[in-house]
Amino acid sequence: MKYHLFRIKRYDPDRSPSVWWDDFKVKMEPTDRVLDGLIRIKDTIDGSLTFRRSCAHGICGSCAMKINGKNRLACQSIIKNMPDRIVIEPLQTLPVIKDLVVDMEGFFEKNDLVMPYLINDEPPPERERLQSPEEQHRILESITCIMCGSCTSSCPVFWSDKKYLGPSALLKAYRFIFDSRDRAQDERLKRILHSHGLFRCHSIFNCVEVCPKEIDITSHIARLKRLALKKGLKG
Amino acid sequence: MNEDITRHEFDTVVIGSGLAGLRAALEASGACSVAVIAKMYPTRCHSTAAQGGIAAALGNEDHDLPEWHYYDTTKGSDFLGDQDAIEVMCEDALRTVVELEHMGVPFSRTPDGRIAQRRFGGHTKEFGRAPVRRACYSADRTGHAIVFALYEQCQLRNVRFFPEFHVLDIVVREGTCHGVVAMEISTGRVHVFSSKATVVASGGYGRVFKTTSNAHASTGDCLSILLNRGLPLEDMEFFQFHPTGLYGLGILVTEGARGEGGILLNGHGERFMERYAPTIKDLAPRDMVSRAILSEVREGRGIDGREYVHLDLTRIPGRIIEERLPEISTFCRIYLGIDPSEEPIPVLPTAHYAMGGIPTDIDGRVFINEKGDTVTGLYAAGECACVSVHGANRLGCNSLLDTVVFGRRAGMAIKKDISSLAMGDIKPSEIDRTISMLEGFINSKGLEKVGRIRSQMQKIMMDKCSVFRHRDGLKRAVEDMDAYAYLAGNVSIKDKTRRFNTELLEAIELQHLLNLAQAVARSSLQRTESRGAHYREDYPERDDKNWLKHTFIYKKDSEWKFSYRPVVIRRFQPEERRY
Repeated sequence: MKYHLFRIKRYDPDRSPSVWWDDFKVKMEPTDRVLDGLIRIKDTIDGSLTFRRSCAHGICGSCAMKINGKNRLACQSIIKNMPDRIVIEPLQTLPVIKDLVVDMEGFFEKNDLVMPYLINDEPPPERERLQSPEEQHRILESITCIMCGSCTSSCPVFWSDKKYLGPSALLKAYRFIFDSRDRAQDERLKRILHSHGLFRCHSIFNCVEVCPKEIDITSHIARLKRLALKKGLKG
Repeated sequence: MNEDITRHEFDTVVIGSGLAGLRAALEASGACSVAVIAKMYPTRCHSTAAQGGIAAALGNEDHDLPEWHYYDTTKGSDFLGDQDAIEVMCEDALRTVVELEHMGVPFSRTPDGRIAQRRFGGHTKEFGRAPVRRACYSADRTGHAIVFALYEQCQLRNVRFFPEFHVLDIVVREGTCHGVVAMEISTGRVHVFSSKATVVASGGYGRVFKTTSNAHASTGDCLSILLNRGLPLEDMEFFQFHPTGLYGLGILVTEGARGEGGILLNGHGERFMERYAPTIKDLAPRDMVSRAILSEVREGRGIDGREYVHLDLTRIPGRIIEERLPEISTFCRIYLGIDPSEEPIPVLPTAHYAMGGIPTDIDGRVFINEKGDTVTGLYAAGECACVSVHGANRLGCNSLLDTVVFGRRAGMAIKKDISSLAMGDIKPSEIDRTISMLEGFINSKGLEKVGRIRSQMQKIMMDKCSVFRHRDGLKRAVEDMDAYAYLAGNVSIKDKTRRFNTELLEAIELQHLLNLAQAVARSSLQRTESRGAHYREDYPERDDKNWLKHTFIYKKDSEWKFSYRPVVIRRFQPEERRY
C-alpha cells in the first residue's frame, strides 16, 4: 500500500460557476483500479465527488474519463501502471454536468442516425439465418463496442465539428453494413455520407489509441470508405 | 418542491433496461405506449456482463432435447423450481434463440453457419448421462450482444427511454399498481409516471455481499420498495455464488471456460471435482462447485495453503481461448497480469445471482400473497422476479433464457390485460412520501456515513450468510443487519445539491440493500435444511418432508413474517441429486 495523489477537476454550477481542482491523498494497493480510488474518496473523504460507475470490469462503459491526459475507463486503469500523481478530468469536449459526469445525450443521438438495427425484410427462415464464421468474424471486432465515448471525445475532427458523426457512430454503421444478414447497406451508407459524415474522418487514429476494447476503429472506417468509393459514392 | 414535479402518462412503464425489461418493452410496444425507466444509459445495464451463453436445446452440435433441458433445470434447482414454469421456459427456448438471431444477435457460428453451442455446468443429455453442448454464445460477451440487439429493436419500435432516472417509489394501493415515482438524476427533479401496467425488471442485488460479480448498480431497489409496500418476496435464502470469480476481485470468469475444457485444481495439483461429481466433474452445477472449492480451501488444499484454487485453461488450444473466451483473457491480463493460456487463474466463489425475488405467475403477474392472488397492473421479470424456474440453484445460461422468455410473456400478458386496466392515479400524498424521504436525507444531521455501513454489511453477509451457513452466524447476521438498518436511518450526506447527486442516491440504495440483507438473513435462518445454494452446516441434509416449499417473506410495520407456497411438481419427482 502506498499513497497516491488524485488530482481531480471539479465542476458543480450549484456551488461555483467555474471549475476547480481538488487534491486527495489516497492509500492504494498496486492491484487497485483508479475507480477504487474514486470510490474510496467518495466514501471516506468527500461524498460530493461525482462520477459514473457500474460494472467495474470494462463492459458497461460508464466510467470513461480522462486519466493522465488519456481517455480510458477508470475500472481498467490499474494503479501499478500509474504514476504517483493521477490527474483526472471528464471526457473532453462533451458538456460537463458535474465533476466527471458528462452529458452523453448527443453522443447516443449520433448512433441513432445510422439506423442502428438489423434490417432484413425477407421472411425469416424457421431456424436461424445462416452466417459463416468468416462472415461473423467480419463484424466481430465492431460488436465489442461498449459505447463509452472515449473515441469520439478524443477525436480532433469532433473537437472542431460537433455535428460530426464520430468514430463510435461510424463503427455502429459498419457493424450493420458488413453484417451478411443485413439488407440496408446502401440506405445506411447514404445516412453516413454527408458533410459531417464518413469522409470527415482523417485517419488520425486517436480513437484507436484510446479504445478500451482495443478496437481498430480507424481501419473499420477505412473499410467503409473503400466500400463507398467502390459504389461510386462520396459525400 | 411541488412545482418541480413532472408528470407523465404511459400505458406501460418498464423499470429496468436489461434483457427482461427490453424484451417486455418490445413485446408491449406493439399494443400500447411504452416507457423504459433506467438507472443508467440502457446499454450500461448489468445484463451486458453476462458472458457464457443462453441455453436452448437447438441440437446444432450434439443431439439434444427440450425435455433433457427441463430435467436438468429441475434437478439443478434441487427440485425447488416450479415445473410448470420450467417446462414453459425450456419448450420456448428454441423459438427464443432463433428469434434473437433474427433480430440480429451476432451469435458465434459452427463451420456450416449455424449457431455454435458449447458445454456448460449441469447441461446433460439423457437425463444426466453425459455433458451436452446446449449453450448458444457470442464468444464470452453473450449478454452484451443480446442487450444491444434488443435495445436496437426497441429503438426501431419507438419505445420511449428515460435514461438515468432513479426509481424512488412504486405506487401500489389496495391491490393495484398505479405507477412509479422517479428522480431524473441529472437535475434531481421528481417525475411521476402514471401507468396502466408497470413491469419491474430491475435486476439483482449482489451488492449485499462483499465479493460479487454484480455491478455497483445492482442494489435491488425495487424489490425493497415492494417489500415496504407490503408485498412478499419469495425464496430470498437462495443466492448463487458463482464458483469462479477472479481472486480478490470477484469478477466473473464464465463457466464457459470449463465448458471449453478448463479444469479446477487444488494446491496439490489435483482435479478435485472428480471426487465431488464423478460423472460431469468440473461441469457440476454451481452450488456444488462453489462448496467444493471452499471445502478444499478450508481443508488446507488451497494454492500454497492460501484461500483460492486454480482454474486451469492452459490445456485449451490458444486459438479457442482467443476466439471463444477473449473477454476473460483480457480480464486476466488487465487485473491479474497473467495470460490464461500460459498460467492458471486464481479463483474463488463470488456472489452472483439471486434465485429468489418478486413472486410471479408464469405470465409475469406479481403475487400479492402466497395463495397466488395477483396485484392488478403489476408485472415482474428477470433476476428481480421469482417464477420460479431456478428454485434453489440456477443453471448457467438459464438466466438469459429466463429474462427473454418471461420478459416476453409479461409483455404478452400486458397486451392481453391492457384494455381492462385503468390509468394509474398517483395521489399527492403518495408523492409527498417520496419528497419527505429525500428531504430527510438532505437535512439529516446524523453522524453515520453510507460507505462505512455498506462495507460492514457486505462483510457480515459474506462471512455469515454466503456459501456455508450456520444458525449461530445467521443469528448474528440478523442482529447486525437490524442494527445497521437502524444506523442507516442516521446517515447524513455532504452533497446537498440536486444536480446528479450520487451521494444521495447511494444513501437511498443503502436502505434498500439493508432491507434485502435483513430478508436474506432471516429467510436463511428459518430454513432448517440444505438445498441448492442454501447450505446449513447445522442441517446438512435436504428435508423434502418439511421443506419442499417456497418461502414467502413479508415485512409489515417492521415485523417480519413468513408463509409458504407449495412447489409445482409435474414430470420429475424429487430424487437424490448426484452428478
